[in-house]
Amino acid sequence: MLNFILKRLGLAFLVALTVSFISFSLLFLSGDPAIALAGEGATDQDVVAIRELYGFDRPMLVQYASWLVNALSGDFGESYYFKLPVSSLIADRLSVTMLLGLCGISFALLTAVPLGVIAAIRPNSIIDRFALFLSVAGQAMPSFWFGLILIVAFSIKLRWLPPSGTDSWRHFIMPTVVLGYYAMPAIMRLTRAGMLDVLSSDYIRTARAKGASEMRVMFKHALRNAIIPVVSLAAVQMGFMLGGSIVVESIFALHGAGYLAWESISRNDLPTVQALILVFSMFYITFTFLADVLNAWLDPRMRSS
Amino acid sequence: MTLAPSTNSVDPLLQDIVGPTPGQQLRRRFFGHRGLMIGASVVAVLLVIALLAPVIAPHDPYAQDLLARMKPPVFLGGTWEHILGTDHLGRDYLSRLIYGARVSLLIGFVAALISGTIGTAMGVAAGYFGGRTDAVVTFLINVRLAMPVVLVALAVVAILGGSLQVVIGVLGLLLWDRFAVVMRASTLQVRGREYVSAAQAVGASTPRILLSEIMPNILNNLIVVITLEMAHAILLEATLSFLGLGVQPPTPSWGLMVSEGKNMMLFEPWLVLIPGAVLFVLVLAINLMGDGLRDVTAPENRS
Repeated sequence: MLNFILKRLGLAFLVALTVSFISFSLLFLSGDPAIALAGEGATDQDVVAIRELYGFDRPMLVQYASWLVNALSGDFGESYYFKLPVSSLIADRLSVTMLLGLCGISFALLTAVPLGVIAAIRPNSIIDRFALFLSVAGQAMPSFWFGLILIVAFSIKLRWLPPSGTDSWRHFIMPTVVLGYYAMPAIMRLTRAGMLDVLSSDYIRTARAKGASEMRVMFKHALRNAIIPVVSLAAVQMGFMLGGSIVVESIFALHGAGYLAWESISRNDLPTVQALILVFSMFYITFTFLADVLNAWLDPRMRSS
Repeated sequence: MTLAPSTNSVDPLLQDIVGPTPGQQLRRRFFGHRGLMIGASVVAVLLVIALLAPVIAPHDPYAQDLLARMKPPVFLGGTWEHILGTDHLGRDYLSRLIYGARVSLLIGFVAALISGTIGTAMGVAAGYFGGRTDAVVTFLINVRLAMPVVLVALAVVAILGGSLQVVIGVLGLLLWDRFAVVMRASTLQVRGREYVSAAQAVGASTPRILLSEIMPNILNNLIVVITLEMAHAILLEATLSFLGLGVQPPTPSWGLMVSEGKNMMLFEPWLVLIPGAVLFVLVLAINLMGDGLRDVTAPENRS
């Protein structure tokens, strides 16, 4: 087990290092970052001054190394646009995104798992078909459009919920639904498939044969086993969702890290963009690592692979 | 089966003994699958609309008419002159929707083609050669999955400028992960089969084995992933354009139309509802088609 964890940890570290290099090299995608930063109408002297000020005249690998060393100590440089340290900018905004992500994944689990279980207990029933419809529609629904429909319906027509902002829990209802719906189809399908698989296994037949009540069979014997892969899927989905929060936050004007990403991208604020890509990747890497470890702990067969 | 000269003229008695040919079985599974048929029909209709856009569209999608701004659609009290009304610049909404189908389908198709080529090459190499190649490809897949797609795509489009080519290129270079995962797994399954060993034993070259032994046998999985990733690319393009960092105005893109209509959502919600609904229908149809193709071609579902 320890061996497995160390291996996974090493892999996660290498992935993080590669992602950090890719997000750093974004700076050089535009050609010369000094010219881009100086803006239009800058003289050659300005460009040279900026190049020296920011250290763009050094070899790229040297710049990467110094950026990485600073980043490891939490220093991502200063935002071009906000003129504030990037790390404090992100730290301020991250709590909203984390809260949104937690609400979203909870919503997805609370709707998808019961639906998946019922669908598996009664295959081809109305509830099974409804669940299938929800998941097929969820995969095709553009999340920005879904968010706008909710605003039209619940904020403009019915006037039940506020369309934007972060002042109260009511502001989080629609963003939670939109973000959660994104993760729902996969969780529901996996729950349903897992339950169907488990329900046809020998130990369920044994449990029924020894006279256990149907409730006990379903929850004590079946769901406990079927839920294992769902837990790790939820962790992975959580990582994806934080990356996808940029859309939801920009629709509902939630001032979280996703909104910050959108602002900094539209303003060519590269230090902030680089740091945000790295931060969101880190979340994904951490969540998948935790999911792997959890899986290996719950199911020893996973440790060998 | 050798007794039957042509499948159509088989004696009914003989048919009972011989049974349907594999081709007939495939066709039956194909046409008997409701989701696949519905999805494929909708995609076909939208494809024809996109191809014939200049013929079908009642107006020029770029022609502005500031005297006829934000006319409502026919069913909300508008005129037949503009069936789906006009946008904030007086452009005919239906014509823009029709030309928007071209943008979506083109981006979806070419992006899936690019990412499919990259992902298939990586996945097949990893599955066939195994060992170090497999380790490297698996690592690259992990790196790719760790990067937030929307964020990276937005950032790259913002740096390089939003044009059709840039959006297609960025999506093509980002969406290869599922191809690599599925193609790797399929190749692993096929690699140990007798016909591959036989080809190796008679001394066939590696490219030959990959192209004429491995590829034909994993092609069905590839087609399924291509359809699903096409839908993914179309959704992502719309998202990028909606956020203002995808296809740039005045190009008629459905995501851009939703974004332009957003400001007038309070009074004219149809400006947002119509293009989003069309996008939803297209993506839904492609997904139904992909899921259907998987059901029909998956060997484990054959009775």
